[in-house]
Amino acid sequence: MAQLTYREAVARGIAQEMRRDERVVLIGEDVAGAGGVFKTTVGLLDEFGAKRVIDTPIAEQAILGAAMGAAMTGLRPVAEIMFSDFFAVCWDLVVNEMAKTRYMTNGQVTLPLVVKTGNGGGLRFGAQHSQSIENWAMAIPGIKVVTPSTPTDVIGLMAAAIRDDDPVLFFEHKGLYAAKGEVPDGDIVDSLGSAKVRRTGADATIVALGLMVPRALEAADQLAQRGIDAEVIDVRSLVPLDTTTILGSLHKTGRLFTVEENPRLLGWGAEIASIAVDECFWDLDGPIQRITTPHVPLPAADSLEDLVLPSAELVAATVEKALQS
Amino acid sequence: MRLPLSDHRYGEHEIVLPPQAEDRHDAADIDVVTRLDMYRKLQEMRQFEKRAYDLFMRQLVKGTSHLSLGMEAISAGFGAAMKPDDYTFATYRGHAHTLARGVSMTPVLAELLGRANGLMGGKGGSMHLTSVEHGMMGSYAIIGAHMTIANGAAWSAQYRGSGQVAVCFFGDGTTNIGAFHEALNYAAVFRLPVVFVCENNLYMEYTSIADITAVSRPAADRASAYRLEPVVIDGNDADEVYLTAASVLDRARRGDGPSLVEAVTYRHGGHSRADPGKYRPAAEVDAWKAYDPIAVYRRRLLRLGVPGSDLDVIDKEVADAVDLATDQAIAGELPSPASAFTDVWADGGSSWRN
Repeated sequence: MAQLTYREAVARGIAQEMRRDERVVLIGEDVAGAGGVFKTTVGLLDEFGAKRVIDTPIAEQAILGAAMGAAMTGLRPVAEIMFSDFFAVCWDLVVNEMAKTRYMTNGQVTLPLVVKTGNGGGLRFGAQHSQSIENWAMAIPGIKVVTPSTPTDVIGLMAAAIRDDDPVLFFEHKGLYAAKGEVPDGDIVDSLGSAKVRRTGADATIVALGLMVPRALEAADQLAQRGIDAEVIDVRSLVPLDTTTILGSLHKTGRLFTVEENPRLLGWGAEIASIAVDECFWDLDGPIQRITTPHVPLPAADSLEDLVLPSAELVAATVEKALQS
Repeated sequence: MRLPLSDHRYGEHEIVLPPQAEDRHDAADIDVVTRLDMYRKLQEMRQFEKRAYDLFMRQLVKGTSHLSLGMEAISAGFGAAMKPDDYTFATYRGHAHTLARGVSMTPVLAELLGRANGLMGGKGGSMHLTSVEHGMMGSYAIIGAHMTIANGAAWSAQYRGSGQVAVCFFGDGTTNIGAFHEALNYAAVFRLPVVFVCENNLYMEYTSIADITAVSRPAADRASAYRLEPVVIDGNDADEVYLTAASVLDRARRGDGPSLVEAVTYRHGGHSRADPGKYRPAAEVDAWKAYDPIAVYRRRLLRLGVPGSDLDVIDKEVADAVDLATDQAIAGELPSPASAFTDVWADGGSSWRN
């Protein structure tokens, strides 16, 4: 057991897999010499050398293309897109190429690759460096989508993503990089497509992702003081999606809330709400409620950003009001 | 800056004529077996594409298709020079490049017809022909992106020390998209064993490339920005393509990095099946049709003493093969409905939840 930050866990997860498998290589802007602008790849260049840990130009299409071409010819690359907002300049590689090539070639091409990225808000970076874009990615058949919320999960899910034979977009939350957690010693390997119940409760199910997980847990603590026993589920993986855990919890509590950092329209919670209504309508004791960032770009000023991102207080108030009505 | 389009009416631009002399490479050091193989490939590509067009007119080929008629010498020349485990990356205009790697005609034609015996079981179609076992790593329909992917395959070859080279074909229109420039810089910086081949057929889709490009040689004039040599070749002379290919492949295998080749050619038809190509001056079309890569090569072989009857035999064998492929493609079963739901994921399925 050791205390590790979320950002250190990223490097540990990648290192764990690079030690195990020579085919694992890392590319991205400033990932080698500088150890990453978010310091998530510190030490990898020293341990694995310049052949396996490579600084690239600012050329996101070139980065993702290199990862894809390498993956289809025997390597298992990890590529970094520094801020997830930058996917907008290389989305073609994700949507048209990585996602579809296996299907279009009738299974001839396998793409074991991971694209890691700094995602999410709360750091006052403004509208072009703060977005939560997991919901863009989950809309594309052929892309797996992972968002860990704890250091242990970062390691285990990174290992699972690297070992997976499909393209995985690995969303690290920038607002969690400094968060610390107890991490077991030795190799950690998790599985994609499994949600985790972070807190058990009988009255309401709160489903959250990334930075919203600690906020949902804080909200649950606040609710407990008001006599409401909330269960908090960390989705962790949007594709594949562990609906069994989510719907099982809903079956027990009868109320479902999603806490989403993405702007309102077509956020991941909308899909979960849709599934819940289709399959568990008679388990519901009241309306499903989605707590999201409003449908606005993220403002830069701290007071404004705090206003629009879902807070623990907003989550607690929303759940409390819904259960009392 | 004033571009040519503001100086003239659409379709009335200055014409570009093909080379005059055909005998420049008669004495080239290429053995006759290789030359006859290239001739056979040229015939395969030509007759295959004509048949694909006919089947389109019979409404058996659906959607769209982009033919290489008139541009076959580039794929034939490179195909002959590449080693079996080298990688090809092509664009949506990829039928000829697929045949060049030794893929047989039946699965390619069946793919165009959307049949189960198609190269990808009908799931990719004309624009995405892929045969990994032949080194045909795919045909990509978003121009430029595949140049970055070819870099990745070249990087992998470099990393594994395999000696393989990735060859990436694209049109003149691709030279104005961002990925072209990202890919070239990336390849140059990492000295990747990759060869970029611009098939400059003078038109990006429906517009003269000269009218919308700041330089006159769309690929070669950009080479110096990436510390590469400007290489412009006659893309209608299979021997010139072959000799160039051998040279740049060797350079890549030596570890001396990427090359950028601009092969000037002309498509006999429009951009895609829906395009009659009326924006091209008639005198230009006529001149290039007279400088047909298959006819040019046949005349060379005759000058070198190959009996015309030998070439006629090849022509007939290819014609029979195209007929057989046509029959086999038309007789192919439709894809099973279940196949629409396979191979989204590496586990073979399409499930996204438990």
